[in-house]
Amino acid sequence: MGKMIINGKECEFTNERNVLEVIRKNGFNVPTFCYRPDLTKDFGACRMCVVEIDGRMIQASCTTPPAEGMVIKTNTEKVRSIRKTILELLLANHDRECTTCDKSGNCELQKYSEEYGIKDADVKKFSQKKELLPIDDSAYTLVRDNNKCILCGACVRACDEHQGLGVLAFTNRGSRTVVQPMVGKDLAHSECIGCGQCAAVCPTGALTVKSYTEQVWEELMNPEKKVVVQFAPAVRVALGEMFGLEAGENMTEKLNAALRALGFDLVFDTNFSADLTIMEEGYEFIDRLNNGGKLPLFTSCCPGWVKFLELKHPDMVDHLSSCRSPQAMMGSIIREYIPQYYPEVTKENLVSVSIMPCTGKKAEAKRDEFKMANGGYEIDYVLTTQEIARMIKAAGIDLKNIKGEKADSPFGKYTGAATIFGVSGGVAEAAARTAYEVVTGEELKDVVINDMRGTHRVKTVELDLKGTKVKVKIVNTIAEAEKCIREIKEGKADYQLLEVMACPGGCINGGGQPISCNDSTIKEKRAQGLYQDDAQGEYRKSHKNPDVQELYKKHLEKPNSHKAHELLHTTYTNRRKDCYISAGE
Amino acid sequence: MDKTITSEVDFKAIDEILKSCDYKKSHLIAMLQKVQAIYRYLPEEAMTYIGEKVDGLSPATVFGVATFYAQFSLEPKGKYEIKVCDGTACHVRGSLPVLNAIKEKIKLEDGKFTTKDGLFTLEIVSCLGACGLAPVVVINEKVYPQMTPDAISVILDTLMKEEQ
Repeated sequence: MGKMIINGKECEFTNERNVLEVIRKNGFNVPTFCYRPDLTKDFGACRMCVVEIDGRMIQASCTTPPAEGMVIKTNTEKVRSIRKTILELLLANHDRECTTCDKSGNCELQKYSEEYGIKDADVKKFSQKKELLPIDDSAYTLVRDNNKCILCGACVRACDEHQGLGVLAFTNRGSRTVVQPMVGKDLAHSECIGCGQCAAVCPTGALTVKSYTEQVWEELMNPEKKVVVQFAPAVRVALGEMFGLEAGENMTEKLNAALRALGFDLVFDTNFSADLTIMEEGYEFIDRLNNGGKLPLFTSCCPGWVKFLELKHPDMVDHLSSCRSPQAMMGSIIREYIPQYYPEVTKENLVSVSIMPCTGKKAEAKRDEFKMANGGYEIDYVLTTQEIARMIKAAGIDLKNIKGEKADSPFGKYTGAATIFGVSGGVAEAAARTAYEVVTGEELKDVVINDMRGTHRVKTVELDLKGTKVKVKIVNTIAEAEKCIREIKEGKADYQLLEVMACPGGCINGGGQPISCNDSTIKEKRAQGLYQDDAQGEYRKSHKNPDVQELYKKHLEKPNSHKAHELLHTTYTNRRKDCYISAGE
Repeated sequence: MDKTITSEVDFKAIDEILKSCDYKKSHLIAMLQKVQAIYRYLPEEAMTYIGEKVDGLSPATVFGVATFYAQFSLEPKGKYEIKVCDGTACHVRGSLPVLNAIKEKIKLEDGKFTTKDGLFTLEIVSCLGACGLAPVVVINEKVYPQMTPDAISVILDTLMKEEQ
């Protein structure tokens, strides 16, 4: 608690961790590259946030703790000139091909260079001819371009603090420093789980989402092809941000319409297969509970989590639910049944696209398990929220004002239980709703389980299914998941179900979502958007979804049936050999 | 890194090293020094192993530390590590002719630091703090003062003969 003077205005501070937060809380701003409110370590790498503090000269505001009576000026001649020099030096070592950079328009370096009026001649006085480093586009998920890296360390911290993986680290020393994966490998052969949290905090184009928009455009423009699309729960509450709308605004129907306007022939909702996941996973859980199966059961929706287990704890994969993720379930349902309902769609002309908040889904779609006999994959292309927004803009579609439409049938309806899959705790809550009714045979009146809600990292909830007690643990980030694995290995775990999402807060904060790394409140707003979608749903329990019931009646018979296993379940493998040349095993 | 010279890493020995360092990440440099003492360089498998076994480290962070310090080598070093001092004093007293003589004698290819037979590794170091003895060459901890091209040739001849 105390007071300080910022730019002549008396400002109060309470428990802000540094001067920068006090400045921002009081309506002033200073530029930053390395500072990210969701990362705990105040790094002080970029020095852009320098301010003048009376009696202390120039200080980086992100590493200076607030003190009583400080007199701070954020915009003086000295400060401005320092910031300009920093920008000039950063740009001197930067591949300044802005127009063709994936981050163009979204780049903080570009933004501040423009605001501070940096001129080419000022930059060139520092420039040295430097050979360009090779671009790493080995992975399906992300592209690394070290020529754009300003060494702010945000990606290094995101991978370490959120995921506990430390895939990226500073390598070499001095002017030769680069950020790269272990022993100089490319991303595809590193321990990267593809969550994209590094790209989400990268201020420049050094880490970007690998784009497949060109390939999808080509398919859309090809009159011979029938392009079928699905989109995930979390996409609908974030897409609007890229069109000037508030975070959390539900875009489901507008997105349906926009996708048709883009030329997609059939539009489905991954929420449908989220309901299907609950049916399959719910029954699998009940079966394991009653018949002494491997517990705790791990949810298997998150590709980052699955890859983490296969890579770091291959001895634990039998805990994973055998259910495919909703994306993969929808992928196989589309391949199997759409040609039956739409005769113009054939096995040969069907192109399957999915739109995800997630970069890891791009890699998931390319798993060997989802390879078809003809060598193709069940899902051809995975786009992120960022990519589809770009396509909608390029097509000149006015998303804000487009008239909403419904998804196509027969796999277009979804319940509130499915839509909350996009936020940490949602899968568990949806499963609990169905499990309660299946186990007790009674109707569940109050469907909301508040203890499972919220974007904080760890939640533990005990459910009473009329005498059957079930303990559920819900975590997000792999750093927390790793702790759970240890608990289980040490025999200290007392829960039967473990829900894991790799991204902080869940899919709403996925690596493919619109960039929001300077505002911690956005993921909360997106979560609220999904909870609201749930509250407004006609149906709120997965087993009540009429389209799901129809699918079982007509095709799959019952959950976990032979056919269901064939289409909706998968297997897991030890993937250590993909990454480690030898680690003593 | 040259993949053809991948040595067999003894993970039990590395476990011993980790144990002696209490599996603490703050002891990483000591761990790496001990590994290098065995293999004369840091094998990739060893760095990966340490990164996985020690809490708070990852293979990438271990690699980061290994590439930060000049004392660590990522390539196998020769049996004899020759350090030629090229600090100011040694330089003005003729360290470069000595260096060239060594290169010629051990038949070192351009751009390489270690000879093909794995016998010698040549390094140029800044100051060894023995300026009074300039120019100085150190071979495996042994200091050879006031070197000349002829003198170093004789020393290397002796070493080579021992090896035969």
